[in-house]
Amino acid sequence: FYLTPPQVNSILKANEYSFKVPEFDGKNVSSVLGFDSNQLPANAPIEDRRSAATCLQTRGMLLGVFDGHAGCACAQAVSERLFYYIAVSLLPHETLLEIENAVESGRALLPILQWHKHPNDYFSKEASKLYFNSLRTYWQELIDLNSGETTDVKEALINAFKRLDNDISLEAQVGDPNSFLNYLVLRVAFSGATACVAHVDGIDLHIANTGDSRAMLGVQEEDGSWSALNLSYDHNAQNEHEVERVKMEHPKSEEKSLVKQDRLLGLLMPFRAFGDVKFKWSIELQKRVVESGPDQLNDNEYTKFIPPNYHTPPYLTAEPEVIHHKLRPQDKFLVLATDGLWETMHRQDVARIVGEYLTGVHHQQPIAVGGYKVTLGQMHGLLTERRARISSVFEDQNAATHLIRHAVGNNEFGTVDHERLSKMLSLPEELARMYRDDITIIVVQFNSHVI
Amino acid sequence: AARMLLRLLSDVRWRAANPKWRRMTCSRRSTSSTAEPHPVSLPAQAQVVICGGGIMGTSVAYHLSKMGWKDIVLLEQGRLAAGTTRFCAGIVSTARHASIELKMADYSNKLYQQLEQETGVKTGYMKTGSVSLAQTQDRLISLKRIASSLNVMGIPCEIITPKQVAQLHPLINIHDLVGAMYVPEDALVSSANVSLALATAASRNGVQIHERTSVSHVSVQKGRVTGVETDRGQIQCQYFVNCAGQWAYELGHSGEEPVNIPLHACEHFYLLTHPLKEPLASNLPTIVDPDGRIYIRNWQGGILSGGFEKNPKPLFTEGRNQLEIQNLQEDWDHFEPLLSALLRRMPDLETLQIMQLVNCPESFTPDMRCIMGESPTVRGYFVLAGMNSAGISYGGGAGKYLAEWIVNGYPSENVWPLDLKRFGTLQSSRTFLRHRVMEVMPLMCDLKVPRWDFQTGRQLRTSPLYDRLDAQGARWMEKHGFERVKYFVPPGRDLLDLDQSKTFYKPDWFDIVGSEVKCCKEAVCVIDMSSFTKFEISSTGDQALESLQYLFSNDLDVPVGHVVHTGMLNEKGGYENDCSIARLSKRSFFMISPTDQQVHCWAWLKNRLPDDSNLTMEDVTWKYTALNLIGPRAVDVLSELSYAPITPEHFPSLFCKEMSVGYANGIRVMSITHTGEPGFMLYIPIEYALHVYNEVMNMGQKYGIRNAGYYALRSLRIEKFFAFWGQDLDAFTTPMECGREFQVKLEKGMQFVGQEALLEQKQNGVYKRFTMFILEDHDTDTDLWPWWGEPIFRNGRYVGKTTSSAYSYTLERHVCLGFVQHFDEKTGEELVVTTDFINQGEYEIDIAGQRFQAKAKLYPFSSLFAHRRRKDEVELSGYQRE
Repeated sequence: FYLTPPQVNSILKANEYSFKVPEFDGKNVSSVLGFDSNQLPANAPIEDRRSAATCLQTRGMLLGVFDGHAGCACAQAVSERLFYYIAVSLLPHETLLEIENAVESGRALLPILQWHKHPNDYFSKEASKLYFNSLRTYWQELIDLNSGETTDVKEALINAFKRLDNDISLEAQVGDPNSFLNYLVLRVAFSGATACVAHVDGIDLHIANTGDSRAMLGVQEEDGSWSALNLSYDHNAQNEHEVERVKMEHPKSEEKSLVKQDRLLGLLMPFRAFGDVKFKWSIELQKRVVESGPDQLNDNEYTKFIPPNYHTPPYLTAEPEVIHHKLRPQDKFLVLATDGLWETMHRQDVARIVGEYLTGVHHQQPIAVGGYKVTLGQMHGLLTERRARISSVFEDQNAATHLIRHAVGNNEFGTVDHERLSKMLSLPEELARMYRDDITIIVVQFNSHVI
Repeated sequence: AARMLLRLLSDVRWRAANPKWRRMTCSRRSTSSTAEPHPVSLPAQAQVVICGGGIMGTSVAYHLSKMGWKDIVLLEQGRLAAGTTRFCAGIVSTARHASIELKMADYSNKLYQQLEQETGVKTGYMKTGSVSLAQTQDRLISLKRIASSLNVMGIPCEIITPKQVAQLHPLINIHDLVGAMYVPEDALVSSANVSLALATAASRNGVQIHERTSVSHVSVQKGRVTGVETDRGQIQCQYFVNCAGQWAYELGHSGEEPVNIPLHACEHFYLLTHPLKEPLASNLPTIVDPDGRIYIRNWQGGILSGGFEKNPKPLFTEGRNQLEIQNLQEDWDHFEPLLSALLRRMPDLETLQIMQLVNCPESFTPDMRCIMGESPTVRGYFVLAGMNSAGISYGGGAGKYLAEWIVNGYPSENVWPLDLKRFGTLQSSRTFLRHRVMEVMPLMCDLKVPRWDFQTGRQLRTSPLYDRLDAQGARWMEKHGFERVKYFVPPGRDLLDLDQSKTFYKPDWFDIVGSEVKCCKEAVCVIDMSSFTKFEISSTGDQALESLQYLFSNDLDVPVGHVVHTGMLNEKGGYENDCSIARLSKRSFFMISPTDQQVHCWAWLKNRLPDDSNLTMEDVTWKYTALNLIGPRAVDVLSELSYAPITPEHFPSLFCKEMSVGYANGIRVMSITHTGEPGFMLYIPIEYALHVYNEVMNMGQKYGIRNAGYYALRSLRIEKFFAFWGQDLDAFTTPMECGREFQVKLEKGMQFVGQEALLEQKQNGVYKRFTMFILEDHDTDTDLWPWWGEPIFRNGRYVGKTTSSAYSYTLERHVCLGFVQHFDEKTGEELVVTTDFINQGEYEIDIAGQRFQAKAKLYPFSSLFAHRRRKDEVELSGYQRE
């Protein structure tokens, strides 16, 4: 069983999406040129999600990748909702008032976000009313709170993450008279998702990360080579500080049982996540909600199961760690990706592959004739061959696709091996998850003319 | 010239000290020059200081010294002929489109031919001829046009078949050719040695040459050059000549008074090979394959081949940059398309061994023509640079014209197309230049068709109505950075895209312009003509009138409110400018000139107006939007918009009134149209432009008003035999030669510039005469269209060239305008051209080798003039321009 190159391409490109920041008067005044994103499923259905949007009432652009576990419900909800929470957190008081007044009097609402979505990135229609009401409650509270201070981006990001997670939890506790929605909010709350979100406004780049997805900056050194700069810390057992934090938050008696086999309570890989109420609610609350919940929930062994050594919840938080970075001229691009990518590729290789792809310079040694005897015909053959090689690199129109091609198809020499690529992509559904994880990538390209 | 020391080319006599680019300070190794010994110190003063020891600098020095000027110092920062000149491919080619360029190349060729004999320096001159190939019919047409020009200049040239091409060159593959042009007298030289020969001759004539001397800046006092500062001291001088090649821009900006020299360097590559097994003969013709974008010449038994790629690499945008200099290396990947074209043209070269790929920056200009002349801001500051890779072809002629310019005050030919003053500060943005040269360099090989416009560096200067007009289907061209409408594409109508619209035949906009012309004739049209140059000259007393009376040929002492069409002439009576001047009050005048006169006219007047603080001149071009209301119903539209009476009794032709239009006040309305149709020019303070335009369009609706563009205007003015400065008129054309005696008041009671020359002409007659030609047996649909520069034949003999042409929708014929001369049949001497001589001839116009019968006329068709409104207007005048 063998996939032809066009078949491979159609698989790789099925979810690719590109957005170019529109130019005004032939000039792009934004610090972002645009972004490429793509995802390759391993799970069926895929549990990763991605989002990208431009803030319309404040400046800046939001981009995020979300890695779901125990189903895709939570990742889906977070991908739909989180950016609204962030945008609302960033809005000045007057705008919030204006929006509230508009809702109150039934007038058209100011648009808050302009989404940049692939056709496969869907929003759930059924829950939109529910989600909207929760969001509205949030901004009403913000209006009441009116601190009068200008909004700090870092604070806004943290508040938005925490608030959304709180709303997910509340909605599940309250339930919904509509049985479909009732089941939906429970699925959202009982599944989990990590989130890695970037907010870019001019040269200010904020990364808010919860979980083990990762943000990495591609930096071009003076000599033209590429290096990687991490802009997030993984929240998992490999991060000492994170292990330390978890231990601090619980009594000493639990120290041994908190992290087992590199997992939280021996179960969960990421140490921070949205949803996952099984790691957040008290045992009583969990039991009450599951019992009063629909049959499907009751039949599910996973939801009924209480983690071992569960004494002092919550064990898990959605609070992000926020890193602020001022963009420099040498910062050329940002890669946001779920752990599916980072498991297979070193960040240094990611920086190089994307950097060379974006600049189109593949640091092929320039040809010099020097003292050698070369005929015009030989030179011509050599140049034609080089050009063919370069154009094969360009068969990807999308940096994220290009990266996935390398992540899946790289052989031991670091070049894409078509046979390997074909094999990896033709694995049957049930086997795919053994060899690779869902991969979601966003590559944001910065505008060197502005930075 | 530059600090370029790439690798040694063996036909250059000097040993290069460095294999790569390097600072001169690193290469102080002294190598004795064959041209001249090193004087120890610089002189304290000189009449002329020339900066740059390349082909341009040495040619200027050579010609100045030939003309008798001896007190000349030539400074070169590195070594003589070490910059672009050294790496020039050495092809002397006369196949040029513009006639002035053709003349320069022809002169250069003749000069180089005898230079070795004159100086004893071996120049490597070899008459090989050149063959320009055509892969398409359009290319062949383009070559045929050049061939026509060459032939009438007496330069042998013929159009040949592919088979004949194969006979001229043994290696050439002819299967994809449709024809070619053979110029047997084109030559090859070693450009560095030509430059050295010129330097040798100059130095024998007394010119001092100093190498390794860098000019840091030019000192200016009261708008005049006073001296130069170098790294080896100061030299006082009266004239400075900037021949710094690709560094000319920077040098121009180094002084306190910047001189804008718009040029930008691009990398240029060519290939050198080892000899063939059977070495190529040294007299094999040079092959130019413009469709393949390459040229190929024989070089020491092998070949030298370069070209002009589609994706040039501009460099030194931010000035001289050591890093970029070091990075100037062979870029084979970049050269690949040219190499492919070469092997396609000469497949047998496959086995030929490469010697080197040379990377040699060349400087390019915004309009593909070189830059020469005096700075408009600093007197005595001359420039010769920006050769667009044709330095060796132009070197001799360009140096000669510039030397004449310095010595006599003007060159012996019309060099306006090359004049530095055709540019202003607006073409000096580095971003503009970088983008523009990336378009210009590929154009070197692109097909040159009539009416093409540059695509880069656009939308720089625009009228406030730009967006309104654009939304109504305007298609734009650019003049002096200003966007002007060509025509309006009606809704629902599609035109060909840019590449496909290139044609030598009937263009796709033919009936669009036709309907605009019809509307101008029958109803009313509005044309935005804001690009015109507008000056206001006023004084506290009579100074303005007195000065203008002296500088202009017509009588400007007219009642307030009159508009006068007049030439601004030079001492020889030639047109430096052709303009309309309105007398606004006793002491102030409003002057309207062609768009590209902004720099030239300003400099001309500035240099000649008395230095009197009570006399002021202001450039108000940007303050006014100009709308031309043209057509028989223009008067009705304007009447409805103003309470002032507009009828011919109250507002006769050639009047100017300040009045209100709609709500807007202070609109200068002139009863002139620039086309000979009835109508008005409205000069509107820019903030009212949109208002007045809207009012005019609303009110005009019932009279059938519509927008029109410059193509309609051009057709209208040419069919009425109106000459246009810069196209038909130039500094070598007098009013007497184009039937405009009535615009000259020889007896206006005071002297004026050019008067003597005109009096003499009046007495002795003219040697050329502006004539209108109606093409007789020309089929508009299927025949090639005339453009300009077509040879005119009278009774089978060449008598001159056309200067402009247009299709007349009224006459339903093509009209060409041009000058007729009278050459003695035996001696070729120029004789007086009489009316009889014009009238008693059978004429033909040669369009790309095909001759069409033409009817000559010295006066326009009176039937084309709708009506006469004032008695003194009866003179059928060419007072207009575009």
